[in-house]
Amino acid sequence: MSVASLQRKLPEQLPHSAQQAELHPQLNRAHVRFIGLGKTYQGAQGPVPALQGIDLAIQHGEVFGIIGRSGAGKSSLIRTINRLEQPSSGRVLIDQVDIGEFDEDRLVELRRRIGMIFQHFNLMSAKTVWQNVELPLKVAGVPKEQRQNKVRELLELVGLQDKHKAYPAQLSGGQKQRVGIARALVHDPAILLCDEATSALDPETTQSILGLLKEINQRLGLTIVLITHEMAVIRDICDRVVVLEHGRIVEQGPVWKVFGNPQHEVSKTLLAPLQHGLPHELQERLRAQPASAQAAVVLRVQFTGANGDEPDLAALFSALGGRVRLLQGGVERIQGHALGQLLLAVSGSSLGAEELRQRAGDWAQQVEVLGYVV
Amino acid sequence: MWFDRLLQGVIDTFLMVGVSSLIALLAGIPLAVILVTSSKGGIYEAPALNRALGAFVNLFRSIPFLILMVALIPFTRLIVGTTYGVWAAVVPLTIAATPFFARIAEVSLREVDHGLIEAAQAMGCRRWHIVWHVLLPEALPGIVGGFTITLVTMINSSAMAGAIGAGGLGDIAYRYGYQRFDSQVMLTVIVLLVILVAAIQLGGDRLARILNKR
Repeated sequence: MSVASLQRKLPEQLPHSAQQAELHPQLNRAHVRFIGLGKTYQGAQGPVPALQGIDLAIQHGEVFGIIGRSGAGKSSLIRTINRLEQPSSGRVLIDQVDIGEFDEDRLVELRRRIGMIFQHFNLMSAKTVWQNVELPLKVAGVPKEQRQNKVRELLELVGLQDKHKAYPAQLSGGQKQRVGIARALVHDPAILLCDEATSALDPETTQSILGLLKEINQRLGLTIVLITHEMAVIRDICDRVVVLEHGRIVEQGPVWKVFGNPQHEVSKTLLAPLQHGLPHELQERLRAQPASAQAAVVLRVQFTGANGDEPDLAALFSALGGRVRLLQGGVERIQGHALGQLLLAVSGSSLGAEELRQRAGDWAQQVEVLGYVV
Repeated sequence: MWFDRLLQGVIDTFLMVGVSSLIALLAGIPLAVILVTSSKGGIYEAPALNRALGAFVNLFRSIPFLILMVALIPFTRLIVGTTYGVWAAVVPLTIAATPFFARIAEVSLREVDHGLIEAAQAMGCRRWHIVWHVLLPEALPGIVGGFTITLVTMINSSAMAGAIGAGGLGDIAYRYGYQRFDSQVMLTVIVLLVILVAAIQLGGDRLARILNKR
């Protein structure tokens, strides 16, 4: 059965969702959609819920990140997209087609439209680089000449044309993942699933792999769904992100929004390594009350990127008055939004702490008085 | 004269071990594949079949070869029409070797990283593709190693078969070496067996090493 005929059948199969889709054209066009998705494992001590009530829509051509601590259900969630994982409840729609009842034939056909790369690469050790990339085409019965052209083209794309005779054991981690990417793209998929694709790589290699993924996303226009526990990965290539905790979505939105102003505890914890915290030495000198009249007020000024502009420091400093020292700070650009945080010590100002906070608030989205230092 | 007898013994041993191991190879690999793929979490999960097959294999594995050989005499007569000679020995040898080799091959197949099976599924492999393109090639070095062990074990068993009238080197060592106290024959047979086993082990190890790309 062709995809088109399945799509035509959809309204009678899913009357409820069709109604919903009419109300939300955005959902109607979604590439991947989860509706009330749940997954429960049978553990030794009874059922263990891995995913609960996941409702999510991933759009065509976006790089969508799923982040959470280990055991949050990321792996289970991404695996329901190509049915390596069978959901216990709810539905997964790909291009509005429910994949829940697919038999082996249709599942094979679906999986050829969805590439996947893995944390540990999962290359066949007994096959050469060439044979690894060729395998998906071989099992699909693609004629030899066509296979050769495609493999050559993809090895070129990932920059490994000179390694085609090597076995995976002879490659570095980054090269192995490039082979994995070539293998995943060999059927010209519409979706690429990345399961912790950079977690086993060093920072430099991670950057080059992320660069390649971004390039593929832009050049081939495919939708990328990735899971990771590293916020830096999300920051570097994702458009939108969801944060998972105990199998539930606790936060979602555009990356700059979640980074600039994380709402949930888990998001904050995951972001912590990327943020400039209060230096330890300063923390020790910090007092809740001013020790003397000369004590400086310490402010944490956060730019969440909401207005899109870079912070205007001159305006901020003149509003505060007195001597403004920059203790620590940093500004990042994510998806065109400048977001960051400055730690300022203001001394000799005629204004009180509360007034300083309010004035700074005109220039930044969040301002907090941390205390006083001498 | 006794050189001819020795040569005949070597040929008989080769025949017994070769034929029974070959059949064990051809029957053992499918058996091992069924054992692995039908087990819990396997790609053709079938717990009842798996248990039944496992019990059947264990049954034959637990009977000492000497007893198996005697117990199978009626069956052997049915198959080859005689209970004496090389071909009569091939029947119990094959029946002992097949489950033995199947279990060893099963271990190698089971050790194939589950991630590879997952990757194969994700790329759109059917289940038989996974067996053919992933499980067997990835387990091949281990299977070769297991077959080497099977060959050596079969040489051992064939000598036992020789002692009850199957011919081969074991027969020569027993009748001429032991019963006639001819230590020269005994020694020659021992040296021949050592060379044979060493050659098989060496060849098997080398082949497994060449095949192992990990």
